[in-house]
Amino acid sequence: MESIAMTRQQLDGDRMIVNMGPSHPTTHGTLRIILELEGETIAKATPEMGYLHRGVEKLGENLSYQQFIPLTDRLNYCSSIMNNVGYTCAVEKLLGIEIPKRAQQIRVLVSELARVADHIVCVGVNAVDIGAFTAFLYLFKQRETVYDLFEMAAGQRLHTSFTRIGGLFRDIPEGFVPLCERFLVECEAAVDECERLLTHNPIWHDRTKGIGAISAEDAVNWGYTGPCLRAAGVPQDLRKAQPYLGYETYDFDIPVGTTGDVFDRYLVRIEEMRQSLRIIRQVLDRLEPGPVCVDDPKVALPPKEKVYTRMESLIHHFKLIMHGMEMPVGEVYSATEAANGELGFYLVSDGGKNPYRIRVRPPCLPIFSSFHDQVKGCLVADAVAVLGAMNIIAGELDR
Amino acid sequence: MIIEHIDAELPGTVTDRHAFRGDQTIVIARESLLILVDLLHREGFQLLVDITAVDWPEREARFDVVYHWLNLASQERLRVKVPVADGEAMPTLTGRFKTADWFEREVFDLFGIRFEGHPNMKRLLTWDDFPGHALRKDFPLDGGDPFCMEGCTAPYNNGERA
Repeated sequence: MESIAMTRQQLDGDRMIVNMGPSHPTTHGTLRIILELEGETIAKATPEMGYLHRGVEKLGENLSYQQFIPLTDRLNYCSSIMNNVGYTCAVEKLLGIEIPKRAQQIRVLVSELARVADHIVCVGVNAVDIGAFTAFLYLFKQRETVYDLFEMAAGQRLHTSFTRIGGLFRDIPEGFVPLCERFLVECEAAVDECERLLTHNPIWHDRTKGIGAISAEDAVNWGYTGPCLRAAGVPQDLRKAQPYLGYETYDFDIPVGTTGDVFDRYLVRIEEMRQSLRIIRQVLDRLEPGPVCVDDPKVALPPKEKVYTRMESLIHHFKLIMHGMEMPVGEVYSATEAANGELGFYLVSDGGKNPYRIRVRPPCLPIFSSFHDQVKGCLVADAVAVLGAMNIIAGELDR
Repeated sequence: MIIEHIDAELPGTVTDRHAFRGDQTIVIARESLLILVDLLHREGFQLLVDITAVDWPEREARFDVVYHWLNLASQERLRVKVPVADGEAMPTLTGRFKTADWFEREVFDLFGIRFEGHPNMKRLLTWDDFPGHALRKDFPLDGGDPFCMEGCTAPYNNGERA
């Protein structure tokens, strides 16, 4: 008995093992972290994931290109519309088609709304984890409005499936734009309010400054993208760097931090919300009536009233559902700037109805892989702050 | 642009290439991966965006291991594909890119391709004694019965446990 105890002690160096998760309130989904503690200090953190692995990529190989859209909802479920947009952009790149202008504008509009909602969840919940409950409530009221808007547009709040290959499932309804305009005003005020609660709060500073700091070089080496990379001082944003959906025509700035710590990530996200609101305002100003889906019966389903009344449309509908689109043989990688970073879809087509291979490149997987490096030598409470600021979404991490 | 550079610096490395919809792709042998990676890193391709694989069961070199790089300065992207046969091991990139750690573990988990020199070659998404590798084309879509596959001789199991 004694010899075993000695070996254990020699092995672990008198470390205490603490399990965080898989069902811990701060793990945001089901992920598990095995912490090895020396006193209060973290000596080793071993993340264990896969609790939410559903084999999305495997399923995608057995579904048609259109049928995969609902599965993308369930990747980053805090901003599912952005996954819809990212995926359909990839298929459109494979097909080599351009979507109508209005569809592009509405995609930008809903993407930026989703970005605001995602950052609200991240900042709000990060604050709750650290102990600042109030900001969460102010922000979450705005998130509800975003979901109301999504419900108006797509009929669903969370799992939107709003986009279709070649455009959108439908146009935004009447009443969407006025509510969106009201949201712009109210959300701006709520972000200000949140900033008044947190940005100059000394307790918030104590809990976030210097925690999870990372250099720009390390962040790139770890494969960081999105707000976490920008907080480390790298001004990389695909909306500016490799514009898609006409992002080059909008006027917005990219906030960049310096130290990459939790505080900088918070500041970057707050400013990104403001910039997103700016983009939404510009979209609303230039929104013009027009089609929201390509007029190509080989790609997009014809309108229902035509399917019911015209022979040709009925045939197109049948052909699309039963045989799918005519896909070129080839492979594409298409990336969009999602709320967490670069969301990439790598599609390999052998010309069949289903993709030969779908690869989802989740932005938070490389970020989460650096978790041990980020929290080594910190306290357990700091690990919670770092985890929140990384914005790990298990649905996207595990796929 | 980078491809011409590779041709000039490392002639004969690129065995195949194509550009489709603006994506530039090169195919190289696995022996030349590390030397190519050194060159890419020097040339500014410092963000290793993704590592994944594609299974082509009827091919002799069954898998393509697919790397995506991004050059942050020029915003140029490059896809590198490395054909590898079942049972062959790939050289690890963890020495150069920390992000390769989990990506390589995921490829090992879902395709069963080993990475030589990886510090922690364990499964990432499925559990340690999960039978088979889920993204291989011959792995059943319903997953079989992962809890009752002890001694199963189905082709995706191979009687071995990784």
